[in-house]
Amino acid sequence: MTPPPSASPASPATATTPAAARPAAAAGAGWFDRRGWRDVIIAAPYLWLVVFFLVPFLIVIAMSFATRTPTAPPFGFGGENPILNLQGYRRLFTDDLYIRAFLTSLLNAAVATLLCLLVGYPMALALTRVSPSRRNILLMLVVLPFWTSFLLRVYAWMGLMGTNSWFNRLLTDIWNFLVPADMALRYVPMMNTNFAVVLVMVYTYLPFMILPLYASLERLDPTLDEAAMDLGSRPAQVFRDITLPQSVPGIIAGGLLVFIPAAGELVIPTLVGNAGQPMIGRVIADEFASARDWPMASTVAVALLFLMVFPMMAYTHFQARSEERRKDAP
Amino acid sequence: MRATAAEGPAGTAATPAPADVLVRIEDVTKRFGSFTAVSGVSLDIRRGEIFGLLGGSGCGKTTLLRMLAGFEEPSAGRILLDGQDMAGVPPYARPIHMMFQSYALFPHMTVERNIGYGLKHERMTEAQRRDRVREMLDLVQLAPFAGRKPHQISGGQRQRVALARALARQPKLLLLDEPLAALDKKLREATQFELMNIQARTGVTFVVVTHDQDEAMTLSDRIAVMDKGRVMQVGSPTEIYEYPTSRFTAGFIGMATFFEGRVQGVDGPSLRIDLPETGTVIEARAAAGLAAGQAVTVALRPEKIAISRDRPAAANAVEGTVQDLGYFGKDSLYRIRLATGKLVLVHAVNARRTGADGRVADWEDRVWLSFDPEAAIVLAE
Repeated sequence: MTPPPSASPASPATATTPAAARPAAAAGAGWFDRRGWRDVIIAAPYLWLVVFFLVPFLIVIAMSFATRTPTAPPFGFGGENPILNLQGYRRLFTDDLYIRAFLTSLLNAAVATLLCLLVGYPMALALTRVSPSRRNILLMLVVLPFWTSFLLRVYAWMGLMGTNSWFNRLLTDIWNFLVPADMALRYVPMMNTNFAVVLVMVYTYLPFMILPLYASLERLDPTLDEAAMDLGSRPAQVFRDITLPQSVPGIIAGGLLVFIPAAGELVIPTLVGNAGQPMIGRVIADEFASARDWPMASTVAVALLFLMVFPMMAYTHFQARSEERRKDAP
Repeated sequence: MRATAAEGPAGTAATPAPADVLVRIEDVTKRFGSFTAVSGVSLDIRRGEIFGLLGGSGCGKTTLLRMLAGFEEPSAGRILLDGQDMAGVPPYARPIHMMFQSYALFPHMTVERNIGYGLKHERMTEAQRRDRVREMLDLVQLAPFAGRKPHQISGGQRQRVALARALARQPKLLLLDEPLAALDKKLREATQFELMNIQARTGVTFVVVTHDQDEAMTLSDRIAVMDKGRVMQVGSPTEIYEYPTSRFTAGFIGMATFFEGRVQGVDGPSLRIDLPETGTVIEARAAAGLAAGQAVTVALRPEKIAISRDRPAAANAVEGTVQDLGYFGKDSLYRIRLATGKLVLVHAVNARRTGADGRVADWEDRVWLSFDPEAAIVLAE
């Protein structure tokens, strides 16, 4: 500890001698003071991210540049191959298996997100309009499916969609009743289709759409609706002009919370999806496990991550802007 | 309680011609479950006036306003606008606009779009719409802020945006819910006059809900004083203040000291009333017929009572001691304890710097209170 440079020895009143400063610091909290604690607390989540996200991710990136070998682990650097093997990235853009898998994933995720929005928005809006006691019950019902194992719920859907289920027979009967006899079906082909994937994803991810939407709708001031109605707008116009524009942050948040995990989904397409049109999560798993091509699996994983980073960045940007706007408000 | 005090100034009691009445509220009642928010209210609101609805919180004034706007339907009774029954007419179809207490500005729209919001329901060209918005911006002096969002302007400016937005469609009736409550004191006074000025320029009929009696008195041409869902009295600010018809109104508007008494003798408009709490019999005036022996309440406004050291040669005089005094510079408020123990509020303007003996009146001084027979407000029990 040194006296501040401005304090000259000629003016003892302002000079802080080391001897005078040390007891004061010791009286504070010793070598480990409040600032120290604050730094530790701030560092903890960063440390977590570094150890459990950044380091593994760097390993995956490194692996994506490696070469497949018949060793264990089944990849290596150098040897007859250059250290940076770009083979995987070349295949990513030339082998249409990967391109189709990416497109299938993005399309399925986009359709599922859109359906979640269409189903979830009215539910979220209804949650804001019911009495508080009923609201709590309904909110609990929204998250209630999480109390059961996710896998069990997917199996339940498999049972429902299977060719011999009562559900499938009911749909078949309704179809056959409505269409002419030459279009009659023995059963509705639901299992192992993208339809099944989207259906189960909508079912699974709906709460992730409803909850952020509810949070943003619940914050809206109901007198704004009254003001718009007072100025001549019918209820549908009030929704279009007042409610919908103000809930855009909730729509974006819910959309990303559904879209990002849906695009990388592995379990649902594996269990109910069409094996001929795999989604990207399935491709990564197969490359790792069946093909034992870890470098290629890593390449696809890195590509998926970068594909997802852009919507995430857009979201963060949007949030920062709305945060700024809130700070502006007195 | 029934009105027996002198009728208001001549002429005001006459019912207006039907053409003058813009809104007729006929025996309107509103119940929420077992709670009656508004009970049997009948009012006529005249074209072009500022009508004040004054009352404490929970008195039903806001419910009445919401029924006018169409957000609530009366449980009983009718509301007529220009002779047309408003029952079943939704808020968006009523030529009645409201300025909300919170202003309810649309946060995602600029000042300009807020003001123009109602105009998209009008049959007008884009150019006409722009002109109208511009005109409104000029009216409330906000043209430089047209492109701002509501969170980028001050509270007073937001209040003016809300006013301009509600006036843009030229409503027949403008409802203002506590229009000044969210402003600080200084801004409130300036805005009060601006509101009156804008009302005069646009000619739109205003109904102003307020809990602030000063605000109601300054703004309104006529005031309805409400309590527990009922209208206690309707009249001009002067009528309400000088000729209250009930103990509630007399106590709610301004200050007053109440005395219980009994009529001792009647001589034309002159009454002699025995007020045991003052230990004297006072002289008072009342137009309506009161018989000897009837129980009455007498209300005295603090500023109608004169305070002096020596016994004045007034009709009504009573002696007391100064129990408390609040000195405000330009005036003082005294609390005088009479011999009977009754406390009387007296307000005196400090017109001179000192009294004859170097001071006006101080704690524990013995003083005389006096008032004219006309000053006493006589309310029949």
